[in-house]
Amino acid sequence: MPSQLVKEYFRTENLPHIWCPGCGNGIVTRAIVKAIDNLGLNKDEICVVSGIGCSSRASGYLDFNTVHTTHGRALAFATGIKLAKPNLNVIVITGDGDASAIGGNHLIHAARRNIDITTIVFNNNTYGMTGGQYSPTTPTGDKGTTAPFGNIDTNFDLCELAKAAGATYVSRSTIFTTNMLIKQVENGIKNKGFSFIEALTTCPTYYGRKNRKGEAVDMMVYLKENAINIAAYDKLSEEQREGKFVVGEIYKSNRPEYTEEYQRIIDSFSKGV
Amino acid sequence: MIERNVKLMQGNEACVEAAITAGMKFYAGYPITPSTEIAEISAERLPKVGGKFIQMEDEIASISAVIGASIAGAKSMTATSGPGFSLKQEGIGYAVITETPCVIVNVQRGGPSTGMPTAPGQGDIMQARWGTHGDHSIIALYPWSVKEIYYTTIKAFNLAEKYRTPVILLLDEVIGHMRESIELPNEGEVEIYNRKKPTCLTEEYKPYKVKEGDIVPEMAGFGEGYRFHVTGLVHGETGFPTNNGKIAEELIRRLIGKIEDNKDDIVETDEYLLDDADIAIVAFGSTARAAKSAVDTLREEGIKAGLFRPITIWPLADKPLVELAKKVSRIVVVEMNLGQYYLEVDRVAGKYTKVDRFGRVNGDLITPQEIVDFVKEV
Ligand SMILES: Cc1ncc(C[n+]2csc(CCOP(=O)(O)OP(=O)(O)O)c2C)c(N)n1
Ligand code: SF4
Repeated sequence: MPSQLVKEYFRTENLPHIWCPGCGNGIVTRAIVKAIDNLGLNKDEICVVSGIGCSSRASGYLDFNTVHTTHGRALAFATGIKLAKPNLNVIVITGDGDASAIGGNHLIHAARRNIDITTIVFNNNTYGMTGGQYSPTTPTGDKGTTAPFGNIDTNFDLCELAKAAGATYVSRSTIFTTNMLIKQVENGIKNKGFSFIEALTTCPTYYGRKNRKGEAVDMMVYLKENAINIAAYDKLSEEQREGKFVVGEIYKSNRPEYTEEYQRIIDSFSKGV
Repeated sequence: MIERNVKLMQGNEACVEAAITAGMKFYAGYPITPSTEIAEISAERLPKVGGKFIQMEDEIASISAVIGASIAGAKSMTATSGPGFSLKQEGIGYAVITETPCVIVNVQRGGPSTGMPTAPGQGDIMQARWGTHGDHSIIALYPWSVKEIYYTTIKAFNLAEKYRTPVILLLDEVIGHMRESIELPNEGEVEIYNRKKPTCLTEEYKPYKVKEGDIVPEMAGFGEGYRFHVTGLVHGETGFPTNNGKIAEELIRRLIGKIEDNKDDIVETDEYLLDDADIAIVAFGSTARAAKSAVDTLREEGIKAGLFRPITIWPLADKPLVELAKKVSRIVVVEMNLGQYYLEVDRVAGKYTKVDRFGRVNGDLITPQEIVDFVKEV
């Protein structure tokens, strides 16, 4: 029996989804919907924009105004949508490759503008849809189908990237800590500006298998055991941090939001007319 | 008496003014010579009419933002030149398959690659047709004067809305930068077409279903209560992706057919002294201006020449070209490339008459005298 949440927010006629058993994408998608439900937002005023990848298929399953764009461009499409209809709550769903390889330039510029878009990156450390090639977030040394001898690239810390580029809300969570993820999506949507939420998720089919990470459950346990909350992380020594990653609300700030700034220019002309 | 509004305007400026008259509410672009004035003037004009301008980080982002804004409900445009036009192809394909109205101006320059940034060229004829991958059709217009830039820009927006398709406006650098005086229409004097919106119950809306008697599906905007899905994947009437080959074939054929089957409405051509002509020069944009004056010179010398000028470059003006071919003993296609439009003219007209080409790619304009000499030679 589909839950109330599924009935209310999913396009049930398009289910079942294309994701593999054990894939983390469903958990992240549910967290997004749950956050929207908690905030009590009007479905007509929500626009979900996604790129291309397994994760980006989520937009088709959600009963909002949805656009499944081209690879890497979700934020550029979303920028046009937000400017044309600033009253919409624009949410971008993207993969690690989509957001930070082909779409990396759009990501840093959307963050720089502080345009009111909430971006949720489904980071599974690989290109899932094309079969497990290494991505900008594949840890150095890990394997991918195009890194058969181990990845020699240095991987991105996406949150640090978003923060440096100018995002005004930056957080990270995992598919194990869904309550934290839901809260972060809520806060991201509430932030009037560019919000960046990295959801650490799993691709057992490719990344997991290629790197002997075990079954889907083992991969979740790994996320659970190595995630350290920001407050605790700050107190750890360099050695203790080895192999761990921070979760929580990493950065918050206040800056003028792009569409509001543009509206001020428009208003300056319409005054007195 | 109605007051006339006559203005001296640059071509690029006329393009923006016309776009605003046509209802443009959104512009996204990335600067590139010789199209930059279109961005600059849009940045200045749009906020004054409640519209939005944004300078994106590159041309792919620009066309993506333009499509996003159009899906959200705003008439949108972008402008670029050669290297930027190459980058926009990804988005043009997306606009084709998602049937998103938008206008892409390409003020051409010499190519390939960075080519000759400040020199004129007409080398993007085929890129306008086939630049994005996959089977598709496209509309591309090519004005030859500042006044015509004004009217074809409005037409570009109207066709984009009417046929739910990207429309490409090809401009020549010289016309984009040329100043001519034009008479601007008063309000209500130009026909403005707006996309047809659904009126059905929201739960009955099928975003890609064509109603009987319509050419394209009705298009809701985001935030208007019709929640729908847009995807660059092949999709059925509901807008959701499908792997069904039959639906795929129907979709692609419909997208092509809505343009190719409506050429009578879309295709516009112009002619000069063709009634009794023996030789027809086919040319467009700035080259057609030289060709027109070549026709005058040839006539003075007793050669019955005339000019055929496609204003609609795509879809191809095949019917008028065949009629022309049946009437004249020779067609000379003159263009600032090495024979792109010529290929098409020869394909449809070559059975009826001899078709020659005169082209160049050195960044110099083709002069009337050169055309006269070439015509006399052949
Ligand atoms: C321009 C372009 N290049 C390449 C592809 C092929 N492609 C599809 S999805 C994808 C990678 C997706 O990886 P990611 O964004 O991490 O998402 P995931 O599938 O892992 O969720 C690639 C390379 C494409 N669709 N378009
Ligand atoms: S390939 Fe990986 S990311 Fe894609 S659906 Fe399967 S498990 Fe999920």
